[in-house]
Amino acid sequence: MPLRNYPNWGLLVMLELFLISAIKIAFVVGVALGAMPFVVLFERKLLGWIQVRPGPNRVGPWGLLQCIVDGIKLFFKEEIIPDQADKPLYLLAPALVVIPAFLVLAIIPFGPTVHVLGRDINMSVTDLNIGILFFFAIASLGVYGIVIAGWSSNNKYSLLGAMRSSAQMLSYEISLGLSVVGVLLLAGTFDLRTIAEQQAGGFWHWYIFQQPLGFVLFLAAGFAETNRLPFDLPEAETELTGGYHTEYSSMKFAMFFISEYINIMTMSAIVTTLYLGGWTAPIEHGLLPPWLAGPLWFGAKVFVLIFFFILIRGTWPRLRYDQLMAFGWKIVLPLALANIILTACLVALDSPWWVFCLAGLAVIFVIDRIVTMLRRSTLRAA
Amino acid sequence: MLLEFLKGLAVTFRHIFKPHITVLYPEQKRVDAPIFRGKHKLNRYADGQERCVGCALCASACPSEAIYLEAAENTPEHPVSPGERYAELYQINLLRCIFCGYCEEACPENAIVLGPEYELAGTRREEFVMNKEDMLVKPEEGFGEYDVEAVHELPATEGLP
Ligand code: SF4
Ligand code: SF4
Repeated sequence: MPLRNYPNWGLLVMLELFLISAIKIAFVVGVALGAMPFVVLFERKLLGWIQVRPGPNRVGPWGLLQCIVDGIKLFFKEEIIPDQADKPLYLLAPALVVIPAFLVLAIIPFGPTVHVLGRDINMSVTDLNIGILFFFAIASLGVYGIVIAGWSSNNKYSLLGAMRSSAQMLSYEISLGLSVVGVLLLAGTFDLRTIAEQQAGGFWHWYIFQQPLGFVLFLAAGFAETNRLPFDLPEAETELTGGYHTEYSSMKFAMFFISEYINIMTMSAIVTTLYLGGWTAPIEHGLLPPWLAGPLWFGAKVFVLIFFFILIRGTWPRLRYDQLMAFGWKIVLPLALANIILTACLVALDSPWWVFCLAGLAVIFVIDRIVTMLRRSTLRAA
Repeated sequence: MLLEFLKGLAVTFRHIFKPHITVLYPEQKRVDAPIFRGKHKLNRYADGQERCVGCALCASACPSEAIYLEAAENTPEHPVSPGERYAELYQINLLRCIFCGYCEEACPENAIVLGPEYELAGTRREEFVMNKEDMLVKPEEGFGEYDVEAVHELPATEGLP
Protein backbone atom coordinates (compact mmCIF):
# COMPACT_ATOMS: atom_id res chain seq x y z
CA MET A 1 0.00 0.00 0.00
CA PRO A 2 1.40 3.40 -0.84
CA LEU A 3 2.54 5.41 2.09
CA ARG A 4 0.64 8.54 1.12
CA ASN A 5 -2.63 6.88 2.09
CA TYR A 6 -1.59 6.97 5.72
CA PRO A 7 -2.18 10.05 7.79
CA ASN A 8 0.64 12.30 8.82
CA TRP A 9 2.61 10.25 11.37
CA GLY A 10 4.36 13.16 13.00
CA LEU A 11 1.08 14.85 13.67
CA LEU A 12 -0.35 11.62 15.09
CA VAL A 13 2.54 11.17 17.48
CA MET A 14 2.16 14.72 18.61
CA LEU A 15 -1.55 14.27 19.03
CA GLU A 16 -0.99 11.12 21.06
CA LEU A 17 1.52 12.86 23.28
CA PHE A 18 -0.84 15.76 23.69
CA LEU A 19 -3.74 13.46 24.58
CA ILE A 20 -1.77 11.48 27.16
CA SER A 21 -0.51 14.67 28.76
CA ALA A 22 -3.98 16.17 28.79
CA ILE A 23 -5.40 13.11 30.52
CA LYS A 24 -2.61 13.11 33.08
CA ILE A 25 -2.97 16.83 33.75
CA ALA A 26 -6.73 16.50 34.09
CA PHE A 27 -6.24 13.63 36.53
CA VAL A 28 -3.68 15.38 38.71
CA VAL A 29 -5.47 18.72 38.81
CA GLY A 30 -8.78 16.97 39.33
CA VAL A 31 -7.47 14.91 42.23
CA ALA A 32 -5.75 17.91 43.81
CA LEU A 33 -8.74 20.23 43.45
CA GLY A 34 -11.16 17.49 44.44
CA ALA A 35 -9.17 16.48 47.49
CA MET A 36 -8.52 20.04 48.62
CA PRO A 37 -12.00 20.73 50.12
CA PHE A 38 -11.82 17.43 51.94
CA VAL A 39 -8.41 18.27 53.34
CA VAL A 40 -9.95 21.49 54.65
CA LEU A 41 -12.86 19.56 56.12
CA PHE A 42 -10.55 16.94 57.58
CA GLU A 43 -8.48 19.68 59.15
CA ARG A 44 -11.52 21.27 60.75
CA LYS A 45 -12.79 17.92 61.95
CA LEU A 46 -9.46 16.86 63.37
CA LEU A 47 -8.90 20.18 65.10
CA GLY A 48 -12.37 19.73 66.56
CA TRP A 49 -11.60 16.25 67.81
CA ILE A 50 -8.34 17.44 69.33
CA GLN A 51 -10.36 20.04 71.22
CA VAL A 52 -12.89 17.34 72.26
CA ARG A 53 -15.67 18.78 70.12
CA PRO A 54 -17.22 17.22 67.01
CA GLY A 55 -16.24 19.83 64.41
CA PRO A 56 -18.52 20.69 61.48
CA ASN A 57 -21.39 18.17 61.52
CA ARG A 58 -24.47 20.02 60.31
CA VAL A 59 -24.31 20.00 56.51
CA GLY A 60 -24.77 16.54 55.09
CA PRO A 61 -23.82 13.29 56.83
CA TRP A 62 -20.97 13.94 59.29
CA GLY A 63 -20.70 17.43 57.82
CA LEU A 64 -19.31 16.02 54.59
CA LEU A 65 -20.99 18.68 52.47
CA GLN A 66 -19.58 21.48 54.60
CA CYS A 67 -16.64 21.98 52.26
CA ILE A 68 -18.91 22.33 49.23
CA VAL A 69 -21.11 24.80 51.04
CA ASP A 70 -18.02 26.77 52.03
CA GLY A 71 -17.01 26.94 48.39
CA ILE A 72 -20.45 28.13 47.31
CA LYS A 73 -20.42 30.73 50.05
CA LEU A 74 -17.07 32.09 48.90
CA PHE A 75 -18.27 32.13 45.33
CA PHE A 76 -21.31 34.26 46.05
CA LYS A 77 -19.68 36.66 48.45
CA GLU A 78 -19.38 40.30 47.56
CA GLU A 79 -16.20 41.19 45.75
CA ILE A 80 -14.60 44.17 47.42
CA ILE A 81 -11.63 46.00 45.97
CA PRO A 82 -10.30 48.62 48.37
CA ASP A 83 -10.30 52.15 46.96
CA GLN A 84 -6.69 52.75 47.84
CA ALA A 85 -5.47 49.44 46.46
CA ASP A 86 -3.08 49.22 43.54
CA LYS A 87 -5.66 47.63 41.28
CA PRO A 88 -3.66 45.73 38.62
CA LEU A 89 -1.32 44.25 41.22
CA TYR A 90 -4.18 43.60 43.60
CA LEU A 91 -5.92 41.54 40.94
CA LEU A 92 -2.73 39.82 39.83
CA ALA A 93 -1.60 38.60 43.25
CA PRO A 94 -4.03 35.70 43.78
CA ALA A 95 -3.11 34.28 40.39
CA LEU A 96 0.56 34.60 41.21
CA VAL A 97 -0.01 32.49 44.30
CA VAL A 98 -2.21 29.84 42.73
CA ILE A 99 -0.23 29.20 39.57
CA PRO A 100 3.04 28.11 41.25
CA ALA A 101 1.05 25.93 43.64
CA PHE A 102 -0.40 24.02 40.71
CA LEU A 103 2.81 24.02 38.68
CA VAL A 104 4.64 22.01 41.31
CA LEU A 105 2.03 19.26 41.01
CA ALA A 106 3.36 18.54 37.54
CA ILE A 107 6.60 16.93 38.67
CA ILE A 108 5.26 14.68 41.39
CA PRO A 109 5.48 11.00 40.48
CA PHE A 110 2.49 9.26 42.03
CA GLY A 111 2.88 5.83 40.51
CA PRO A 112 5.19 3.52 38.58
CA THR A 113 5.55 3.25 34.83
CA VAL A 114 2.70 1.23 33.39
CA HIS A 115 2.01 -0.34 30.01
CA VAL A 116 -1.19 0.82 28.42
CA LEU A 117 -2.00 -0.17 24.84
CA GLY A 118 1.63 -0.98 24.14
CA ARG A 119 2.95 2.30 25.46
CA ASP A 120 5.03 3.01 28.55
CA ILE A 121 3.26 5.66 30.54
CA ASN A 122 4.83 7.28 33.57
CA MET A 123 2.36 8.05 36.31
CA SER A 124 3.25 11.71 36.66
CA VAL A 125 2.48 14.70 34.49
CA THR A 126 6.08 15.05 33.50
CA ASP A 127 9.41 13.61 34.59
CA LEU A 128 11.98 16.34 34.74
CA ASN A 129 15.54 15.24 35.23
CA ILE A 130 15.92 18.34 37.41
CA GLY A 131 12.63 17.75 39.22
CA ILE A 132 13.72 18.82 42.66
CA LEU A 133 15.32 22.00 41.33
CA PHE A 134 12.10 22.78 39.49
CA PHE A 135 10.26 22.37 42.77
CA PHE A 136 12.52 24.88 44.53
CA ALA A 137 12.35 27.32 41.64
CA ILE A 138 8.58 27.31 41.42
CA ALA A 139 7.97 27.15 45.16
CA SER A 140 9.98 30.32 45.65
CA LEU A 141 7.82 32.08 43.06
CA GLY A 142 4.89 31.77 45.44
CA VAL A 143 6.38 34.41 47.69
CA TYR A 144 5.95 37.03 44.96
CA GLY A 145 2.22 36.61 45.02
CA ILE A 146 2.13 37.02 48.78
CA VAL A 147 4.37 40.08 48.79
CA ILE A 148 2.43 41.72 45.95
CA ALA A 149 -0.85 40.93 47.68
CA GLY A 150 0.35 42.55 50.87
CA TRP A 151 1.79 45.57 49.12
CA SER A 152 -1.08 46.30 46.76
CA SER A 153 -3.79 46.02 49.43
CA ASN A 154 -2.53 49.27 50.96
CA ASN A 155 -3.20 47.99 54.44
CA LYS A 156 -0.62 47.95 57.19
CA TYR A 157 -1.56 44.49 58.40
CA SER A 158 -1.30 43.09 54.91
CA LEU A 159 2.04 44.76 54.44
CA LEU A 160 3.35 43.41 57.75
CA GLY A 161 2.18 39.94 56.78
CA ALA A 162 3.86 40.22 53.40
CA MET A 163 7.11 41.44 54.95
CA ARG A 164 7.16 38.62 57.43
CA SER A 165 6.33 36.18 54.71
CA SER A 166 9.14 37.30 52.43
CA ALA A 167 11.69 37.26 55.24
CA GLN A 168 10.51 33.87 56.43
CA MET A 169 10.37 32.24 53.03
CA LEU A 170 13.78 33.55 52.02
CA SER A 171 15.33 32.27 55.24
CA TYR A 172 13.75 28.87 55.16
CA GLU A 173 14.14 28.29 51.45
CA ILE A 174 17.89 28.11 51.96
CA SER A 175 17.48 25.53 54.69
CA LEU A 176 14.94 23.65 52.61
CA GLY A 177 17.34 23.46 49.70
CA LEU A 178 20.31 22.49 51.84
CA SER A 179 18.54 19.85 53.89
CA VAL A 180 17.59 17.95 50.76
CA VAL A 181 21.19 17.75 49.54
CA GLY A 182 21.75 14.70 51.75
CA VAL A 183 19.19 12.75 49.77
CA LEU A 184 20.61 14.01 46.51
CA LEU A 185 24.09 12.83 47.54
CA LEU A 186 22.73 9.38 48.25
CA ALA A 187 20.53 9.22 45.17
CA GLY A 188 22.95 10.84 42.76
CA THR A 189 20.11 12.39 40.78
CA PHE A 190 17.65 15.27 40.77
CA ASP A 191 14.96 13.17 39.16
CA LEU A 192 12.12 12.54 41.60
CA ARG A 193 11.04 9.35 39.81
CA THR A 194 14.51 7.84 40.07
CA ILE A 195 14.75 8.90 43.71
CA ALA A 196 11.47 7.15 44.47
CA GLU A 197 12.47 4.04 42.54
CA GLN A 198 15.72 3.77 44.49
CA GLN A 199 13.68 3.39 47.67
CA ALA A 200 11.64 0.46 46.38
CA GLY A 201 11.75 -3.00 47.94
CA GLY A 202 10.73 -2.35 51.53
CA PHE A 203 10.50 0.43 54.03
CA TRP A 204 14.06 -0.06 55.27
CA HIS A 205 15.22 1.33 51.92
CA TRP A 206 13.48 4.64 52.55
CA TYR A 207 15.75 7.64 52.77
CA ILE A 208 14.22 8.70 56.07
CA PHE A 209 16.32 6.00 57.74
CA GLN A 210 19.51 7.15 56.10
CA GLN A 211 18.67 10.81 56.50
CA PRO A 212 16.85 11.24 59.82
CA LEU A 213 18.42 14.64 60.38
CA GLY A 214 17.69 15.77 56.85
CA PHE A 215 14.10 14.60 57.20
CA VAL A 216 13.49 16.58 60.38
CA LEU A 217 15.08 19.69 58.91
CA PHE A 218 13.22 19.37 55.63
CA LEU A 219 9.94 18.98 57.48
CA ALA A 220 10.62 22.03 59.65
CA ALA A 221 11.60 24.15 56.65
CA GLY A 222 8.65 22.76 54.73
CA PHE A 223 6.25 23.92 57.42
CA ALA A 224 7.78 27.37 57.17
CA GLU A 225 7.54 27.32 53.37
CA THR A 226 3.86 26.49 53.43
CA ASN A 227 3.15 29.12 56.11
CA ARG A 228 1.69 26.51 58.41
CA LEU A 229 1.67 26.59 62.15
CA PRO A 230 3.93 26.88 64.06
CA PHE A 231 5.34 29.18 61.35
CA ASP A 232 2.17 30.90 60.17
CA LEU A 233 3.36 34.40 60.96
CA PRO A 234 2.38 35.84 57.57
CA GLU A 235 -1.29 35.22 58.40
CA ALA A 236 -1.16 35.29 62.21
CA GLU A 237 -4.87 35.92 62.74
CA THR A 238 -4.37 36.99 66.31
CA GLU A 239 -1.90 39.71 65.38
CA LEU A 240 -2.55 40.70 61.78
CA THR A 241 -6.27 39.97 61.26
CA GLY A 242 -5.40 37.60 58.46
CA GLY A 243 -2.08 38.99 57.27
CA TYR A 244 -1.45 39.38 53.58
CA HIS A 245 -4.97 38.39 52.54
CA THR A 246 -6.80 40.68 54.98
CA GLU A 247 -8.20 42.83 52.16
CA TYR A 248 -9.21 39.98 49.91
CA SER A 249 -12.73 38.65 49.70
CA SER A 250 -14.80 36.22 47.69
CA MET A 251 -12.99 34.06 45.12
CA LYS A 252 -9.79 36.07 45.37
CA PHE A 253 -9.55 35.00 48.98
CA ALA A 254 -10.49 31.49 47.94
CA MET A 255 -7.47 31.49 45.62
CA PHE A 256 -5.14 32.09 48.55
CA PHE A 257 -6.99 29.46 50.50
CA ILE A 258 -6.78 26.90 47.69
CA SER A 259 -3.10 27.56 47.13
CA GLU A 260 -2.35 27.13 50.82
CA TYR A 261 -3.90 23.69 50.85
CA ILE A 262 -2.48 22.69 47.49
CA ASN A 263 0.90 23.71 48.90
CA ILE A 264 0.35 21.47 51.89
CA MET A 265 -0.46 18.58 49.59
CA THR A 266 2.51 19.16 47.34
CA MET A 267 4.83 19.57 50.30
CA SER A 268 3.55 16.28 51.71
CA ALA A 269 3.96 14.69 48.30
CA ILE A 270 7.54 15.94 47.98
CA VAL A 271 8.42 14.71 51.47
CA THR A 272 6.83 11.37 50.60
CA THR A 273 8.84 11.10 47.41
CA LEU A 274 12.13 12.15 48.93
CA TYR A 275 12.05 10.42 52.29
CA LEU A 276 9.18 7.94 52.46
CA GLY A 277 9.68 5.97 49.29
CA GLY A 278 7.17 7.71 47.06
CA TRP A 279 4.62 5.30 45.64
CA THR A 280 6.58 2.17 46.58
CA ALA A 281 5.04 -0.23 49.07
CA PRO A 282 6.55 -0.51 52.57
CA ILE A 283 6.64 -4.27 52.09
CA GLU A 284 6.54 -5.95 48.70
CA HIS A 285 3.23 -7.77 48.46
CA GLY A 286 2.11 -7.98 44.84
CA LEU A 287 -1.53 -8.19 45.92
CA LEU A 288 -2.63 -5.33 43.74
CA PRO A 289 -1.57 -4.43 40.20
CA PRO A 290 1.16 -1.79 40.29
CA TRP A 291 -0.95 0.88 38.58
CA LEU A 292 -3.39 0.68 41.47
CA ALA A 293 -1.08 -0.06 44.40
CA GLY A 294 1.30 2.80 43.51
CA PRO A 295 -1.17 5.68 43.72
CA LEU A 296 -2.85 4.08 46.74
CA TRP A 297 0.37 3.85 48.74
CA PHE A 298 1.29 7.32 47.62
CA GLY A 299 -2.06 8.68 48.72
CA ALA A 300 -1.84 6.89 52.05
CA LYS A 301 1.59 8.34 52.79
CA VAL A 302 0.53 11.83 51.77
CA PHE A 303 -2.52 11.45 53.98
CA VAL A 304 -0.39 10.51 56.99
CA LEU A 305 1.78 13.57 56.43
CA ILE A 306 -1.25 15.85 56.11
CA PHE A 307 -2.52 14.33 59.34
CA PHE A 308 0.80 15.22 60.89
CA PHE A 309 0.56 18.78 59.56
CA ILE A 310 -2.84 19.19 61.18
CA LEU A 311 -1.85 17.49 64.42
CA ILE A 312 1.01 19.96 64.75
CA ARG A 313 -1.35 22.84 64.02
CA GLY A 314 -3.55 21.60 66.83
CA THR A 315 -0.65 21.24 69.26
CA TRP A 316 2.08 23.79 68.99
CA PRO A 317 1.71 27.53 69.44
CA ARG A 318 2.96 30.05 66.93
CA LEU A 319 6.59 31.11 67.22
CA ARG A 320 7.51 34.66 67.99
CA TYR A 321 9.11 36.49 65.06
CA ASP A 322 12.61 36.62 66.55
CA GLN A 323 12.33 32.97 67.57
CA LEU A 324 11.39 32.12 64.02
CA MET A 325 14.43 33.88 62.60
CA ALA A 326 16.74 32.49 65.27
CA PHE A 327 15.46 28.98 64.65
CA GLY A 328 15.89 29.32 60.92
CA TRP A 329 19.35 30.87 60.84
CA LYS A 330 20.96 29.52 63.99
CA ILE A 331 19.61 25.98 64.14
CA VAL A 332 18.14 24.74 60.88
CA LEU A 333 20.67 26.27 58.51
CA PRO A 334 23.87 25.15 60.35
CA LEU A 335 22.39 21.72 60.89
CA ALA A 336 21.53 21.43 57.22
CA LEU A 337 25.14 22.27 56.39
CA ALA A 338 26.35 19.77 58.97
CA ASN A 339 24.07 17.17 57.44
CA ILE A 340 25.63 17.74 54.02
CA ILE A 341 29.16 17.34 55.37
CA LEU A 342 28.22 14.27 57.40
CA THR A 343 26.46 12.62 54.48
CA ALA A 344 29.24 13.48 52.08
CA CYS A 345 31.85 11.92 54.39
CA LEU A 346 29.79 8.80 54.90
CA VAL A 347 29.11 8.46 51.18
CA ALA A 348 32.82 8.84 50.51
CA LEU A 349 33.54 6.12 53.07
CA ASP A 350 30.94 3.85 51.43
CA SER A 351 29.21 3.26 54.77
CA PRO A 352 26.26 0.89 55.18
CA TRP A 353 22.82 2.46 55.74
CA TRP A 354 22.73 1.96 59.51
CA VAL A 355 25.82 4.12 59.92
CA PHE A 356 23.97 6.97 58.21
CA CYS A 357 20.99 6.37 60.46
CA LEU A 358 22.99 6.27 63.69
CA ALA A 359 25.06 9.32 62.74
CA GLY A 360 21.96 11.33 61.95
CA LEU A 361 20.20 10.31 65.13
CA ALA A 362 23.33 11.06 67.16
CA VAL A 363 23.50 14.59 65.76
CA ILE A 364 19.81 15.13 66.52
CA PHE A 365 20.32 13.87 70.07
CA VAL A 366 23.39 15.98 70.77
CA ILE A 367 21.86 19.16 69.36
CA ASP A 368 18.70 18.50 71.30
CA ARG A 369 20.66 18.15 74.56
CA ILE A 370 22.63 21.32 73.86
CA VAL A 371 19.53 23.36 73.05
CA THR A 372 17.76 22.04 76.13
CA MET A 373 20.69 22.93 78.37
CA LEU A 374 21.03 26.40 76.86
CA ARG A 375 17.34 27.02 77.33
CA ARG A 376 17.48 25.85 80.95
CA SER A 377 20.40 28.14 81.72
CA THR A 378 18.69 31.14 80.12
CA LEU A 379 15.54 30.36 82.05
CA ARG A 380 17.51 30.14 85.26
CA ALA A 381 19.29 33.42 84.54
CA ALA A 382 16.03 35.20 83.85
CA MET B 1 13.42 19.54 73.81
CA LEU B 2 12.39 17.45 70.85
CA LEU B 3 11.03 14.94 73.33
CA GLU B 4 8.83 17.59 74.90
CA PHE B 5 7.47 18.53 71.48
CA LEU B 6 6.66 14.90 70.82
CA LYS B 7 5.01 14.57 74.22
CA GLY B 8 2.78 17.49 73.29
CA LEU B 9 1.85 15.78 70.05
CA ALA B 10 1.02 12.61 71.95
CA VAL B 11 -1.33 14.53 74.24
CA THR B 12 -3.29 16.02 71.36
CA PHE B 13 -3.28 12.67 69.57
CA ARG B 14 -4.89 11.01 72.58
CA HIS B 15 -7.52 13.74 72.69
CA ILE B 16 -8.68 12.85 69.19
CA PHE B 17 -10.28 9.68 70.55
CA LYS B 18 -11.87 11.20 73.63
CA PRO B 19 -15.65 11.54 73.77
CA HIS B 20 -16.79 15.02 72.83
CA ILE B 21 -18.13 17.33 75.49
CA THR B 22 -20.20 19.37 73.05
CA VAL B 23 -23.95 19.56 73.66
CA LEU B 24 -25.48 19.17 70.19
CA TYR B 25 -27.95 21.92 70.86
CA PRO B 26 -31.16 21.62 68.89
CA GLU B 27 -31.20 17.84 69.37
CA GLN B 28 -29.77 17.68 72.87
CA LYS B 29 -30.80 20.22 75.43
CA ARG B 30 -28.86 21.04 78.49
CA VAL B 31 -30.58 20.51 81.81
CA ASP B 32 -30.49 23.88 83.46
CA ALA B 33 -29.58 24.73 86.99
CA PRO B 34 -32.65 25.43 89.15
CA ILE B 35 -31.52 28.99 89.67
CA PHE B 36 -31.20 29.64 85.93
CA ARG B 37 -32.51 33.09 85.06
CA GLY B 38 -34.50 32.81 81.85
CA LYS B 39 -37.89 34.08 80.74
CA HIS B 40 -40.07 35.47 83.53
CA LYS B 41 -43.05 33.68 85.04
CA LEU B 42 -45.92 35.14 87.08
CA ASN B 43 -46.92 32.68 89.78
CA ARG B 44 -50.40 31.91 91.09
CA TYR B 45 -51.87 30.49 94.25
CA ALA B 46 -53.26 26.99 94.38
CA ASP B 47 -56.76 28.29 93.71
CA GLY B 48 -55.63 30.03 90.55
CA GLN B 49 -55.51 33.57 91.93
CA GLU B 50 -52.57 35.69 90.85
CA ARG B 51 -49.94 36.39 93.43
CA CYS B 52 -49.05 39.79 92.00
CA VAL B 53 -50.65 42.63 93.94
CA GLY B 54 -49.59 45.38 91.59
CA CYS B 55 -47.22 47.07 94.02
CA ALA B 56 -44.71 47.97 91.31
CA LEU B 57 -41.74 47.19 93.55
CA CYS B 58 -40.32 45.06 90.74
CA ALA B 59 -40.61 47.94 88.30
CA SER B 60 -38.71 50.27 90.61
CA ALA B 61 -36.09 47.64 91.35
CA CYS B 62 -35.46 46.93 87.71
CA PRO B 63 -32.15 48.53 86.70
CA SER B 64 -33.03 48.62 83.02
CA GLU B 65 -36.61 49.80 83.38
CA ALA B 66 -37.93 46.83 81.52
CA ILE B 67 -41.11 46.45 83.53
CA TYR B 68 -44.23 48.47 82.97
CA LEU B 69 -47.41 47.84 84.97
CA GLU B 70 -50.72 49.46 85.66
CA ALA B 71 -52.52 48.38 88.82
CA ALA B 72 -56.29 48.15 89.29
CA GLU B 73 -58.57 47.65 92.31
CA ASN B 74 -59.90 44.16 92.95
CA THR B 75 -63.67 43.86 93.04
CA PRO B 76 -65.18 41.52 95.64
CA GLU B 77 -67.12 39.66 92.92
CA HIS B 78 -64.09 38.87 90.79
CA PRO B 79 -60.96 39.00 92.89
CA VAL B 80 -57.93 38.53 90.62
CA SER B 81 -55.50 38.49 93.51
CA PRO B 82 -55.99 38.09 97.26
CA GLY B 83 -54.71 41.60 97.92
CA GLU B 84 -56.37 44.94 97.49
CA ARG B 85 -55.09 45.51 94.00
CA TYR B 86 -53.80 43.50 91.06
CA ALA B 87 -51.79 44.25 87.96
CA GLU B 88 -54.17 45.03 85.15
CA LEU B 89 -51.40 45.51 82.65
CA TYR B 90 -48.04 43.90 83.23
CA GLN B 91 -45.39 44.07 80.51
CA ILE B 92 -41.75 43.14 80.44
CA ASN B 93 -39.64 44.21 77.50
CA LEU B 94 -37.17 41.34 77.05
CA LEU B 95 -35.03 43.48 74.78
CA ARG B 96 -34.32 45.77 77.73
CA CYS B 97 -34.17 43.04 80.37
CA ILE B 98 -30.72 41.95 81.44
CA PHE B 99 -31.98 38.93 83.41
CA CYS B 100 -30.46 40.20 86.61
CA GLY B 101 -33.23 38.81 88.78
CA TYR B 102 -33.69 41.97 90.83
CA CYS B 103 -37.43 41.93 90.13
CA GLU B 104 -37.61 38.48 91.64
CA GLU B 105 -35.74 39.66 94.71
CA ALA B 106 -37.84 42.78 95.11
CA CYS B 107 -41.22 41.07 94.86
CA PRO B 108 -42.87 40.73 98.30
CA GLU B 109 -45.34 38.14 97.04
CA ASN B 110 -42.96 35.80 95.16
CA ALA B 111 -45.09 36.58 92.15
CA ILE B 112 -42.47 37.32 89.50
CA VAL B 113 -39.75 34.70 89.11
CA LEU B 114 -37.29 33.98 86.37
CA GLY B 115 -37.95 30.60 84.79
CA PRO B 116 -35.75 28.12 82.95
CA GLU B 117 -36.79 29.00 79.41
CA TYR B 118 -34.00 30.47 77.32
CA GLU B 119 -35.16 29.96 73.73
CA LEU B 120 -36.25 33.54 73.24
CA ALA B 121 -35.46 34.24 69.61
CA GLY B 122 -37.93 36.26 67.57
CA THR B 123 -38.14 38.04 64.27
CA ARG B 124 -39.98 41.24 65.26
CA ARG B 125 -39.40 43.66 68.09
CA GLU B 126 -43.01 43.45 69.22
CA GLU B 127 -42.56 39.78 69.98
CA PHE B 128 -40.21 40.61 72.79
CA VAL B 129 -42.68 42.67 74.81
CA MET B 130 -44.35 40.09 77.03
CA ASN B 131 -47.79 40.62 78.45
CA LYS B 132 -49.43 38.94 81.40
CA GLU B 133 -50.78 36.12 79.23
CA ASP B 134 -47.23 35.25 78.16
CA MET B 135 -45.94 35.02 81.69
CA LEU B 136 -48.75 33.73 83.90
CA VAL B 137 -48.21 30.07 84.69
CA LYS B 138 -50.64 27.79 82.92
CA PRO B 139 -52.79 25.34 84.88
CA GLU B 140 -50.81 22.37 83.53
CA GLU B 141 -47.59 23.80 84.93
CA GLY B 142 -49.14 23.59 88.38
CA PHE B 143 -50.24 26.36 90.71
CA GLY B 144 -49.37 26.59 94.35
CA GLU B 145 -46.68 27.65 96.70
CA TYR B 146 -43.43 28.79 95.19
CA ASP B 147 -40.54 29.02 97.59
CA VAL B 148 -37.97 31.36 96.12
CA GLU B 149 -35.62 30.91 99.05
CA ALA B 150 -35.55 27.13 98.68
CA VAL B 151 -34.65 27.39 95.01
CA HIS B 152 -31.86 29.81 95.79
CA GLU B 153 -30.45 27.51 98.46
CA LEU B 154 -29.73 24.83 95.83
CA PRO B 155 -26.14 24.51 94.70
CA ALA B 156 -25.63 26.38 91.46
CA THR B 157 -24.25 23.45 89.54
CA GLU B 158 -27.00 20.97 90.36
CA GLY B 159 -28.68 19.64 87.27
CA LEU B 160 -25.84 20.54 84.95
CA PRO B 161 -24.56 17.78 82.66
S1 SF4 C 1 -34.52 40.50 85.45
FE1 SF4 C 1 -33.64 42.49 86.00
S2 SF4 C 1 -33.71 43.60 84.09
FE2 SF4 C 1 -35.09 41.91 83.83
S3 SF4 C 1 -37.06 42.65 84.38
FE3 SF4 C 1 -36.20 41.75 86.21
S4 SF4 C 1 -35.18 43.42 87.26
FE4 SF4 C 1 -35.58 44.12 85.17
S1 SF4 D 1 -44.70 41.24 90.54
FE1 SF4 D 1 -44.40 41.44 92.74
S2 SF4 D 1 -43.25 43.34 92.95
FE2 SF4 D 1 -44.13 43.37 90.92
S3 SF4 D 1 -46.04 44.42 91.12
FE3 SF4 D 1 -46.53 42.29 91.34
S4 SF4 D 1 -46.39 41.89 93.55
FE4 SF4 D 1 -45.41 43.87 93.19
